[in-house]
Amino acid sequence: MTVAADNSGPITSRRDPRYQVTMYRHVGVEGAWKLEYYLSHQGYQAARKAVTTMTPGEVIDQVKASGLRGRGGAGFPTGVKWSFMPPVDGRQRFIVCNADESEPGSFKDRYILEDDPHQLLEGLIIGGYAIQASVGIIYIRGEYYLGHERLEQAIAEAREAGLLGEGLFDTDFTFDLILHRGAGAYICGEETALMNSFEGLRANPRLKPPFPAQAGIYGLPTTINNVTSFASVVHIIERGASWFAGMGTEDSKGTKLYQVSGPVARPGVYEMPMGSTFRELIFELAGGPTMEAKALIPGGSSTPMFPFTDEYLDTPMDYGSIARKGSMLGTGGVIVIPKEKCIVNAMYNVVRFYAHESCGKCTPCREGVATWLPQMYRKLLTGRGEPGDLELMEEVAGNLRGTAFCPLADACAMPVQASFKHFRHEYEYLIEHGEPLYKKSDWWQS
Amino acid sequence: MEAVTPFFADKQRLLEDILGRYPEYGRRSAIMPLLWEVQRAERCVSEARVVEIATILDLHPTEVKGVMSFYSTFHEQPVGRYHLQVCSTLSCSLAGSDEMHDYLVEELGIVDGETDRDGHFSLQRVECLGSCGTAPVLQVNDSYFERVTRSRCRELLEALREGKLPTPWRERGGDNVRAKKATLVSGGVGEKKG
Repeated sequence: MTVAADNSGPITSRRDPRYQVTMYRHVGVEGAWKLEYYLSHQGYQAARKAVTTMTPGEVIDQVKASGLRGRGGAGFPTGVKWSFMPPVDGRQRFIVCNADESEPGSFKDRYILEDDPHQLLEGLIIGGYAIQASVGIIYIRGEYYLGHERLEQAIAEAREAGLLGEGLFDTDFTFDLILHRGAGAYICGEETALMNSFEGLRANPRLKPPFPAQAGIYGLPTTINNVTSFASVVHIIERGASWFAGMGTEDSKGTKLYQVSGPVARPGVYEMPMGSTFRELIFELAGGPTMEAKALIPGGSSTPMFPFTDEYLDTPMDYGSIARKGSMLGTGGVIVIPKEKCIVNAMYNVVRFYAHESCGKCTPCREGVATWLPQMYRKLLTGRGEPGDLELMEEVAGNLRGTAFCPLADACAMPVQASFKHFRHEYEYLIEHGEPLYKKSDWWQS
Repeated sequence: MEAVTPFFADKQRLLEDILGRYPEYGRRSAIMPLLWEVQRAERCVSEARVVEIATILDLHPTEVKGVMSFYSTFHEQPVGRYHLQVCSTLSCSLAGSDEMHDYLVEELGIVDGETDRDGHFSLQRVECLGSCGTAPVLQVNDSYFERVTRSRCRELLEALREGKLPTPWRERGGDNVRAKKATLVSGGVGEKKG
């Protein structure tokens, strides 16, 4: 995407001189996780501004006007979600941060948790104030020990400094946090499963409705947002909704953390304005593929893959543009797949992940995701495939669409269907020859 | 069941701290934090500990066991002093985690889910650890070792065999590439190929 010569119009590329990295500006800086550092970089000024100069309704209006959509993957407008909370009626209300990042290809939240935990705390204070909740909960995945440690320290520091607790910023707003650790279950990223996990139940998803705003944690009004959504809110309050809305495209506003992994020169997390292209991320920032690439997964393993061609590389990474090409923005976790990786093998890896993470609550997922698909893939990969198998697999995947209790089954079926659409010949080759077209499956550096 | 000293008997303050985090009506939320304390100290959660936690929270042991069995981090049998968790999901797999797993199986003489005879090492294949940009990742107990090459893996195993857990090297990429210089530890096994 080209940059307008007069620097007018929305920012849709990191090449635009007006663009500034915000959420990730402290990540990677030694000691940035300490309160002292954060305070010396305008830390907690946005929370102070919200709590002391704005009403909760005004905060929600600002977030609505910014166009921020949930950064956890589903993309629901954050301000609208906040406005779903029922009127204050004396019951306890909760604001929850979903830090159970576990979608393969996604690793953006981890670095904020580890390197800039106060930014998250500040976002939670603002969110808590907006929905008038006095308790915030951070649900962090069990494997993120360092992130957990840093958050523990940050919360202790914030309490000590009066940034959490009673009467924040000399107002009557009271807010404190509970840090809760998961123990290795992808499904806890699904918000109702997360609530069950927090309550000390098995983490099976709940029926919706009622939505969390009506009956959430302990049956009380609850709002759940992703780590990066909270980080975005800090800057929206600090710089104003129009600053955020001045970046991106029609349906996708603001700045976002994109990730790129697989064989590229400089994999990692890059903050970019929405509407930047895959090409800019993969080639300009990440230095391009180090092996010939044949496919890219646009937003975490559950999003349907694209062939690695100009048409897709020049697609802007926003909700609408990616949807129009038949996939989803998801978490923005791009995975580049090299030509020599057998696509059947790659998809078996993805299917195995979802099979492992299926909670077993509902029949389509338990049978289709956890049993049939991985078994069919193993059959093919061990050279026992036969005519009719591909049709059967497509049928199983098709029957998983929209039939399960929660989105996990779709998350497994969609990438399988996309691999059939773009790389069916590799499946056919495997059945015909009993061995894959590309035999080497991984490249461990010596 | 043999009589054992209750785990939390001499940890009243810790117990109060954990229970105090949650509202009275949400006491059950303490199941996972209590399981974590036991798992980290004893490298597993035995039946006796499940019963103890259930008693503390006024639940039936089955309810605690039901929660425990849902998650892959809580173990019924003790894991090794060094619990090696190999991420096997796509980005790590592309970067060689399957080969790394096979290498570890060969070196340690144990397979996925096993602990060696003297309880020194255990091996577990796990799903995505959120280190896709610095793949492949090997988690040893609490620590991530990122971008593990074959030679780094060998050096790491040598150190662990001698009972030394090196300071984890932290690899970064993308916008946080600056961190590389700042956080690479001196003297750690990761230094050589920073």
